[in-house]
Amino acid sequence: MPDELRTIQVTVNGTKYDRQVRCRKLLSDFIREDLRLVGTHVGCEHGICGACTVLFNGQTIRSCLMFAVQADGAEITTVEGLARGGQLHPLQEAFWENHGVQCGYCTPGFLLTALELLQRNPNPTEEEVRIGIAGNICRCTGYQHIIESVLAAAAKMGAKTV
Amino acid sequence: MKPCNFDYFDPKTLEEVVVLMRQYGSDGKILAGGQSLVPLLNFRLAAPAALVDINKVKELDYVREVNGKLAIGALVRQRVLETSEAIRSKCGLLAETAEFIAHPQIRNRGTVVGSICHADPAAELPAIARALDAEMKVVGPDGERIIKAEDFFVTLMTTSMDPSELMVEVRLPTLGPRTGWAFEEFAIRHGDFAIVGVTAAVTLDEQKNCADARLAAIGVSEVPYRDSKVERLIMGQEISESLLDQAAHQMVEGVEPSTDLHASADQRKHLLRVLTKRALKKAAGRALKGFEKGRGKNA
Repeated sequence: MPDELRTIQVTVNGTKYDRQVRCRKLLSDFIREDLRLVGTHVGCEHGICGACTVLFNGQTIRSCLMFAVQADGAEITTVEGLARGGQLHPLQEAFWENHGVQCGYCTPGFLLTALELLQRNPNPTEEEVRIGIAGNICRCTGYQHIIESVLAAAAKMGAKTV
Repeated sequence: MKPCNFDYFDPKTLEEVVVLMRQYGSDGKILAGGQSLVPLLNFRLAAPAALVDINKVKELDYVREVNGKLAIGALVRQRVLETSEAIRSKCGLLAETAEFIAHPQIRNRGTVVGSICHADPAAELPAIARALDAEMKVVGPDGERIIKAEDFFVTLMTTSMDPSELMVEVRLPTLGPRTGWAFEEFAIRHGDFAIVGVTAAVTLDEQKNCADARLAAIGVSEVPYRDSKVERLIMGQEISESLLDQAAHQMVEGVEPSTDLHASADQRKHLLRVLTKRALKKAAGRALKGFEKGRGKNA
C-alpha cells in the first residue's frame, strides 16, 4: 500500500515509544519530528555528512539512510541519551574543555561516532582518531580541536575505569 | 530530500521475497543495507513502486565454508569483514580491505553482497570479486543460478542480473598460506570514494615463482578492470622489481580513464601504475612470508 501507516515500537535513550509511521519516513525525521528529539541533526540527507549519526542497537548508523519502520523493536541512543542526571558524558565534557564545538551543528554526530570509536578502541592514536571520525564533516573547526577532544575523552574515560 | 511513496514489504523468508520480486519485476527494488539505495531514493533518482526489505530474512545472514569456498550471505554487513575470524583466516584480503569501504557508520549497515550488486565503479568489493573470480548466487522466478564475476559486471552500476532476481550469496575462494594479497587505494579522504584502487593476489609455487597472479583495479573504467596480459606476464616468473615495473606499465596500457572533478585521466593512469606496483609488491611479499613459514613447518 502506498503511504502505508505502520505501528512501530522503539526504545530511544531508555524510553519506549509506540508510534504510527509512514513507511517512507526516514529514521532521522522520525526522531526529530515524531519524538521531538531534535539533538539529532540533519545535514545532507544522503549519507555523506554524518550529522544524523545515532547508535542503533549499539552501533553507529546514519539515521537518514534508514526508514523509521525498519527500527521497529530497536534500541536507539541519540545525543540526548549521553548525559546522565544533568551530568555531561566525559566525551561531552572533553568537547567542552577542548573547544571541540564551534557552531555545534555536527557535534551530535561526532559525539556518537567518537563514542563507538572509544568503545572499540579505548586508547586510540591520533591517526586512529582521524580515520575514525573521517565519516563526519565539520565546516568550522578544521577538526584539530575535535581530535584533541576525542583524545582527551579517551584519557578521561580510561582513567575512570581504572 | 525525501523518498517518493512506495509499497513496503518486509518478508521473513526468501520464498516470499522471490514471489514479491516476480510480482514487481523492474518496479521493485531489494532493500538490504540501503547505504547506496536510500541516497538514491532521497534524491529521487530512484523511485521504485515497491521496496522489498530483506533485513528480516535471517536465512541470508551467514558466513560459511562450502567446498573450499567462503560463502557470504546477502545480509552480512561489511562490518563483519572486520570482526569475523573465519573471514580473516580464510580470505584475509576481505578483512584488510574493509577499512577502505566508506566509514564505520556505513559498514555497520551496508552489506557485502549489496555493494557487489550496486556495482559502483569506485567500490572495493566488486574489484575483489572480479580479481578472485567470485561466483554470485542469484535467485529469481526461474530458480537459482550462478553468475561468474567476469559475466556479472556489465557497465557502471549495471549487472547481468534480471530486475526480478536477487543476489543471495557471494562465493570467494579461500586463500592459502602461499597466496599473498593487498589492496592499495588513493582517496581524497580516508573512506571516501576511491580515485583509483588496485587489489592483487599472488600465489607462489615450489620454486618461489609466481604460480598465479590476479589484479583488479577500480576508478579507471566502468567496471572493475582486469587485464589477463598483465597477469600472464607475471605468472611463471620470479618476482623482481623490474618485473613489477613492467607489470605496472602494462596495466596502464589498456585503460582509458575519464577526467572528472576529482582527477584527470593522466592522474588516474599515474595512480594506477603506482598502486599496481605497490599492491603486487605487498602481495608477493606476503606470499613469500607464507611460503617461508610453510617450509619451516615441513622441515
